[in-house]
Amino acid sequence: MAVIVSVDDLKKVYKGGFEALRGVSLSIEEGEILALLGPNGAGKTTLISALCGITTPTGGTATIGGHDIVSDYRAARAMVGLVPQELALEPFEKVINTVRFSRGLFGKPHDAALIERILRQLSLWDKRNNRIRELSGGMKRRVLIAKALCHEPRVLFLDEPTAGVDVELRRDMWQVVEGLKAEGVTIILTTHYIEEAEAIADRIAVINKGEILLVENKADLMARMGRKTLRIDLSGPLDRVPETLRDYDLELAEDGHALKYHYDTRGDGTGITRLLQALAQEGLSLRDIETRQSSLEEIFVGLVHEDTP
Amino acid sequence: MNLHAIWAIYVYEMKRFFRTIMESLLSPVISTSLYFVVFGAAIGSRIDQVEGVAYGAFIVPGLIMLSVMTQAISNASFGIYFPKFIGTIFELLSAPINFLEIVIGYVGAAATKALMIGVVILVTAQFFVDLDIQHPVAMLAFLVMICLSFSLFGFIIGIWAENFQQLQLIPLLVITPLVFLGGSFYSISMLPPAWQTVTLFNPVVYLISGFRWSFFGTADVAIGYSLAAIAVFFALCLGAVWLIFKTGYRIKS
Repeated sequence: MAVIVSVDDLKKVYKGGFEALRGVSLSIEEGEILALLGPNGAGKTTLISALCGITTPTGGTATIGGHDIVSDYRAARAMVGLVPQELALEPFEKVINTVRFSRGLFGKPHDAALIERILRQLSLWDKRNNRIRELSGGMKRRVLIAKALCHEPRVLFLDEPTAGVDVELRRDMWQVVEGLKAEGVTIILTTHYIEEAEAIADRIAVINKGEILLVENKADLMARMGRKTLRIDLSGPLDRVPETLRDYDLELAEDGHALKYHYDTRGDGTGITRLLQALAQEGLSLRDIETRQSSLEEIFVGLVHEDTP
Repeated sequence: MNLHAIWAIYVYEMKRFFRTIMESLLSPVISTSLYFVVFGAAIGSRIDQVEGVAYGAFIVPGLIMLSVMTQAISNASFGIYFPKFIGTIFELLSAPINFLEIVIGYVGAAATKALMIGVVILVTAQFFVDLDIQHPVAMLAFLVMICLSFSLFGFIIGIWAENFQQLQLIPLLVITPLVFLGGSFYSISMLPPAWQTVTLFNPVVYLISGFRWSFFGTADVAIGYSLAAIAVFFALCLGAVWLIFKTGYRIKS
């Protein structure tokens, strides 16, 4: 697939000397959903702000659709829709007017049919003549999405789209994102909800302290980095891990009714066969066996933790 | 040039004005009427004529200037400050537009509003005094220039202001005193000589004088100075806006 957003060694040093981006390089392919994952203050919003023209990068380059974001900003920005983190909307304006305004701002002539389609898609059509201040937080978020979509962007940046949104609305929002992907829109979303990245992203980039720690296909990442846990339920309880099993990384759980074995799928052997034989030799009777893949959250915490000395 | 964007900003700003049309137009009409009652009828009855013009008519250009200048500043400064305050400025910054287009949209709308207010006051004045405008084209040109340059000035204040207090600061502490002391309600020839000299340092004197000349053909200072003053003020504001544009001052980090 073609690269639509290309970021090369992008840097941002704020006036006080704070380095928000320390040479970020990233390629985003057309039509994918990339989740930019990172703790608060990692540089997620700064990266998006720099790409969208809200802050000026202090080093490096970036292109959107092949257009440089600084020297050819008009062509680059015309391709981009941005849904900011804050619910920044003029409270006294009507929904439909604020959406029309956004379309005009991006240099597009008025298109009533398109605006109606977008508002219907986001369940906002019935609210089109309401003033923004009359809307709930979730509805305001939808208005921001409508504003970002009304000039038909090829790339959509969603900065924390579901921050402070209830579970139901979050799932609604995910559906909206899936729908946009189906239309071929490239989506870059920042989040610190791992669940969100896990649920909708194709690829995941982890950013911390202004640096990209990794960019990887979500499934590969989970397979490659996934630690797994084997849980063995015992017929009778143990008061401690038997001496003969000391060599294995075992922990006692459930008041001695279960053993947990941690292993890495990346290794040549997982050691499960030997462990099960050793358990049989020890004369332990097993009631059940279960394996569990560590979640993206654990991977993420692990990565960020490694990065923090 | 992104004409759609300029138009979008202009229409959006004008809608705000029409949303509050009663407050926007009624308050200048009421305050102007009050000025006429107080200055024109009460005090004016004791001042016969100023430079051959009935006092009631003499104060009309000054009154229009007073409202137009303050309205142009407050409209333009609020117009750009409000998006900064509520955060919607992100949309302007991320749109495929340049600063000049933003300025044209906001300043154009603010100047249009000020012009409308100026015209409404002029019409209101007709109900109180007989006005015979000697140079109507020059009067309109002056009015448009004042609307544009003070809207530009207001825009700069809106960019500079970091809170609502600062937004009010310059109009309240600088503009209003300068307009009041700039000969809105008197001819500077009525002042003692020393104060006449001091007054000549007030740039607003030149603006009001020129505007009054277009009404009555008489002026405190030569019309050439008035034209130069408005040109210099306009150029200074343009220069400041250009600097803001180059540096992204207080709008872009």
